[in-house]
Amino acid sequence: MNLNPKLFDLSVEKVSSRDGFGEGLILAGEKDENVVALSADLEESTRVDGFFKKYPERSFEVGVAEQCLVTVASGLAHEGKIPFATSYAVFSPGRNWEQIRTTICYNNVPVKIIGSHTGISVGADGATHQALEDIAIMRVLPNMVVISPCDAIEAKKATLAMAKLNKPCYLRLTRNKTPIITTEETSFEIGKAEIFREGNHATIIATGEMVYFALLAAKKLEESLISTRVINVHTIKPLDTKSVLLAAEATGAIVTVEDHQIAGGLGSAVAEIISQHFPVPLKIIGIDDKFGESGEPEELMKKYGLTVEEIVKAVATVIRMK
Amino acid sequence: MLFATEFAELEQKALQIRQDIIKMLVSAGSGHSAGPLGLSDIFAALYFKILKVDSKKPDWIDRDRLVLSCGHYCPVLYATLARAGYFPESELLTLRKFGSGLQGHPHRESLPGLETTSGPLGSGLSESCGMALAGRMDHKDWRVICIMSDGEQDEGNTWEGVMFAAKYKLDNLVALIDRNHIQIDGITEDIMPIDPLTEKYKSFGWEVIEIDGHDFNQIIDAFEKAKTIKNKPTVIIAKTIPGKGVSFMEGKFEWHGKAPTKEEGEKALHELKS
Repeated sequence: MNLNPKLFDLSVEKVSSRDGFGEGLILAGEKDENVVALSADLEESTRVDGFFKKYPERSFEVGVAEQCLVTVASGLAHEGKIPFATSYAVFSPGRNWEQIRTTICYNNVPVKIIGSHTGISVGADGATHQALEDIAIMRVLPNMVVISPCDAIEAKKATLAMAKLNKPCYLRLTRNKTPIITTEETSFEIGKAEIFREGNHATIIATGEMVYFALLAAKKLEESLISTRVINVHTIKPLDTKSVLLAAEATGAIVTVEDHQIAGGLGSAVAEIISQHFPVPLKIIGIDDKFGESGEPEELMKKYGLTVEEIVKAVATVIRMK
Repeated sequence: MLFATEFAELEQKALQIRQDIIKMLVSAGSGHSAGPLGLSDIFAALYFKILKVDSKKPDWIDRDRLVLSCGHYCPVLYATLARAGYFPESELLTLRKFGSGLQGHPHRESLPGLETTSGPLGSGLSESCGMALAGRMDHKDWRVICIMSDGEQDEGNTWEGVMFAAKYKLDNLVALIDRNHIQIDGITEDIMPIDPLTEKYKSFGWEVIEIDGHDFNQIIDAFEKAKTIKNKPTVIIAKTIPGKGVSFMEGKFEWHGKAPTKEEGEKALHELKS
């Protein structure tokens, strides 16, 4: 597993996944000169600015024009470039979904859509800027790979892996600094879920920064002698169905956790698999068909039910439902 | 100026393309008639005179790229590609049918010679910008030709691409707008006025060339002139008659998105023989 040994320290290092992306993109640019980057007037906010400074001849600013952002990227990818098209997720893939569908996915060219500022944890900007639907609208598209890293280190690895994958990809990033869960040595492979904690009474399947909450919940459950498996699903599509079904068989109860709408997200993806192949009790923790609002991330996550306590309660519930 | 033999050859190709379009649409029972017929002269000139392409090597790395932004015009592209030898002419009658490479709107991976997948309007110009940028980064001398409809000028994405092409001075990009004044629900100036189109493009930093889209000399000269325009993109605004060549379709928006019946097709083909 090779997780961060200081994971449960109060002083655990925190870095945003957008920072991990920015670092990874520069490395990807060093490795392959076909890597190019595009911004829609959010260079600093998406952390693509480092690449823009280092490789100005491979960097393109399209202005506040997200439809242009992904279609220019489509044209670049058609000619052998590996474009990373960056913006906030509400704008891209939010505003330009059809262009992504037609000119990237159906056209089948390897554009990398980078959506920052996802989840209610965006905080102060309010509901307009908190992408809570991005996983749903990306995972319904044929050919699209959907990646939601759990921390900055994983975001860096995901960026490097996406650059090498000749397929359309979506990378979901967070605005705020979140705990570093993994280390450089933690294995990362697109499409392969990682068991971060072993357990046999129930499984928590989480994605993004909620993986940290899941690990805290599992630790808390241990105090009540409940042994919980925790799986980090960084690749929501293609989902590692083998790991999900093995967890269903081995533990007989599943809780999913994501900072995203319940409809169409990680929980839906897991439900699609287990309901058809190995039905076990399931609780989906996410945003329940609501828009967010302004506030501190902690205040919002408490109000909308994305807390360690809610996960602990849900695990107890699914175990009772067995 | 074209030699008389070249002129006659292009005229013959355009006539064949128009006949093919009618036959394909009758066979399909649905599809778009007016726009494709109106662009038949331009497509004949492009594939038999202007473009640097090789139908035997559709993926030739140094070919010119033709992007059909207005995907619903695909009958004219398909017919031209078949006549140019990209795939057998016998496949034309499979348009819109199950299992055919000739999808109702173009799908890049389904047919040789298609550069992009298109149909939803307004995205082809900025896709073309991406291709042109890549060509310039790689020091290539091929050009990107983007075919747009005039109705497509309603789309915000089109104008995003217009600004992008001017900002990056994409002189290896030539856009062609089919100014036929019709769109699906009516006359363009009733649905959403787009004039003065020339002044708009000029003020956005583009070189504008206006032509009669049925005059082979003007079509060829415009694409030649575009080669000499540096540091900015060129748009060719081609005035065309929708439904050109079929008297009962000419100038009628009702034929924008409709296919001829068998009887109408026979009547059209009769006119296209003379």
